[in-house]
Amino acid sequence: MSVQQDIIHRLQREILQLQGSRPPAPGQIDIALGPINAAFPNKTFPTGAIHEFICPAPVDEAATAGFTAGLISGLMQMGGICVWVSAGRKVYPPGLKTFGVAPDKVIFMDMRTEKEVLWVMEEALKYEGLAAVVGELRELGMTVSRRYQLEVEQSRVTGLVIRQQPRQLYPNAAVARWHVTHLPSMFGSPLSGSDLANTDMPGVGFPRWNIHLSRIRNGHPGSWEVGWQAGRFHFGIAETGIQKAVLGRQENPLRRQTG
Amino acid sequence: MGKRFLSLWFRRLTTDDVSIRRPALLHQPFVLALPDHGRMVITAASASAMEEGIHTGMAVADARVLVPTLEVLDDQVGLTAKLLRQLALWCIRYTPIVSIDAPDGLLLDISGCPHLWGGEKIYLHQIVHTLRKKGYDVRGAIADTVGAAWAIARYGRVSPIIQPGEHVNALLGLPPAALRIDPSIAGRLQKLGLDRIHRMAGMARQSLRTRFGNELLLRLDQAFGRADEIIESVVPVEIYIERLPCLEPICTAGGIEIALTRLLENLSSRMQQEGKGLRSAIFKGHRVDGQLIQAAIGTHRATHNIAHLFKLFEEKIPTLEPGLGIEVFTLEAPKVEDVGPSQTTIWEGAGGLLDKGLPELIDRVSNKMGADRVHRYTPAEHYWPERAITATGSLDEVALDRWSVTRPRPVYMLARPEPIEVTAPIPDYPPMLFRHRNRLYKIIRAEGPERIEQEWWIATGQHRDYYLVEDEGGVRYWIFRSGHYKGTGPHQWFLHGYFA
Repeated sequence: MSVQQDIIHRLQREILQLQGSRPPAPGQIDIALGPINAAFPNKTFPTGAIHEFICPAPVDEAATAGFTAGLISGLMQMGGICVWVSAGRKVYPPGLKTFGVAPDKVIFMDMRTEKEVLWVMEEALKYEGLAAVVGELRELGMTVSRRYQLEVEQSRVTGLVIRQQPRQLYPNAAVARWHVTHLPSMFGSPLSGSDLANTDMPGVGFPRWNIHLSRIRNGHPGSWEVGWQAGRFHFGIAETGIQKAVLGRQENPLRRQTG
Repeated sequence: MGKRFLSLWFRRLTTDDVSIRRPALLHQPFVLALPDHGRMVITAASASAMEEGIHTGMAVADARVLVPTLEVLDDQVGLTAKLLRQLALWCIRYTPIVSIDAPDGLLLDISGCPHLWGGEKIYLHQIVHTLRKKGYDVRGAIADTVGAAWAIARYGRVSPIIQPGEHVNALLGLPPAALRIDPSIAGRLQKLGLDRIHRMAGMARQSLRTRFGNELLLRLDQAFGRADEIIESVVPVEIYIERLPCLEPICTAGGIEIALTRLLENLSSRMQQEGKGLRSAIFKGHRVDGQLIQAAIGTHRATHNIAHLFKLFEEKIPTLEPGLGIEVFTLEAPKVEDVGPSQTTIWEGAGGLLDKGLPELIDRVSNKMGADRVHRYTPAEHYWPERAITATGSLDEVALDRWSVTRPRPVYMLARPEPIEVTAPIPDYPPMLFRHRNRLYKIIRAEGPERIEQEWWIATGQHRDYYLVEDEGGVRYWIFRSGHYKGTGPHQWFLHGYFA
């Protein structure tokens, strides 16, 4: 029995490698994603892959930018550089500092059209000296995402595509599809024993999001409540399954469709 | 190797130009004239008009007596200078240093150039022959000094090429006017019987100076090579420039690429030896029809990487129109900087700002999309949000000030604050509701105000009281009231950003 299990595990690992996902090398960057890590293949955040973040409403873009910035700060912990490609950029560099990203280590490439963003993002993904490339795009089709995926398999750069108000959610070659939405801010931390959403405190607390991983290749989709405090992610009660996702704002048909 | 100079003399520059443009006038006597004190005075006469005895400075009425069919055209002020400049630029294909020798000639510093054409004789013949074929009546001469070349071009009778070291002998038999001196001095010398240079070459300098002034001695010294003479090139000489003359005109993209690669190899190996790298480069092609086509690139960090530079130029090659063909290619680097010895970053893992590939990526993007597309920011010492960052063009610039995290700053900021309608319970309390673009937002939590004053030495205006507010969905906004609470008046409140 155990021999059979071993063989199955080995074969699974081989399949993962053939699909472009490499096992974590010793000394590889580990983003402290706590319970979310369990959802990924090999139990680590897939670096050197394309992740897409779906933002149906403009306000979700801000939440997504915050969560992405948190991820980037993990990816940049070895002193890397991040490239942020966008058309009509709204990101305010000092705001990234809150999420542990030194704004002077981010190079903003401001394009005029989405087509230019596509080209620049591909060029940036080719260059292996970057820690991460963030691209703000509306659509990410199969062809483009497959090209990007092939580039990052060579260069091991992590590509994060923030999809602003996408029209259609067609299947594509991105490794993961995330949905980030705001949650009421949190006070205190689970470590100090207080509730994350303690509402008695005055003022505005630390940012908190509902992170919904609706697609992950060779992993397990799920939903989590994640907060950001004191330079790292904090996690609420892990809720697996997809039901949690529909608890967000109901008015959006796109979210219901994916949920 | 000694210096060699070539002097070109255009005997009838303006009239030649007119007959090139109007071939019908080629065999007809015509003159160019300008009004002077109420009469038309001839400023230039064509070859056939000169044969009839017409000379410059004559009144048109007098000339008409000699040749009743004389064609009189209006001269343009500044035409000579314009023509000479055009011809000088055309001559760049023979040597990088070409200077205008007003009013009727060009001076070329040809040191080290003629062997590329197979010797001075062929070189001179080619220049003069090409110009004559264009229709210019031109004479040229090559000598060791500017003065000697000038004199031989205008007064020489034996050979246009004076062998190195022979210029003194060649000058001795020429009239004093060949020394580029004032005509009045030349006339006086002539009158005194000093009708050849050798007659005064041996005279005491002191007596020449007292009788004819310093100019004569200076010109004599310059012609004999005893005093230096600096000529000023029409195109400033680039220190880092490579030239590639082609045997046959190039008109294909493949040919241009080969030329570019060869020029890059030469320039790059030279810069590598000297520890330099280029920040900007211009690739020029001199076309057969006299046009100049060019493509320019810039880099973010000094580099002499051939592959990278080629890639930058590669995208511009389709924009170069070879026309009938390109004769000479040049590659110049107007902006050159020192390159430090390249370090191998062992410990820096995924590369940093000093990584070599990063400027190459930025160069590719900014050369394709435009130079103003790539931004990097360093903190500025201002509280005013729009002024808290400065864009820096250099990757080497480090953040001197630290990014402040004491006050919350939004992740998304609107380019321009958008007016909102706000309901606040009491003045100076955080708002309860706000309306933005016809949507109502109910505020659950708020923090603030954070007052940010205008910097009066930069701009005038109201201060801002910023509030961080959160609606029931947990979306966090950055809103501010401009100025003090007034109670009345529209749009004191603005939405400025979104928090993550």
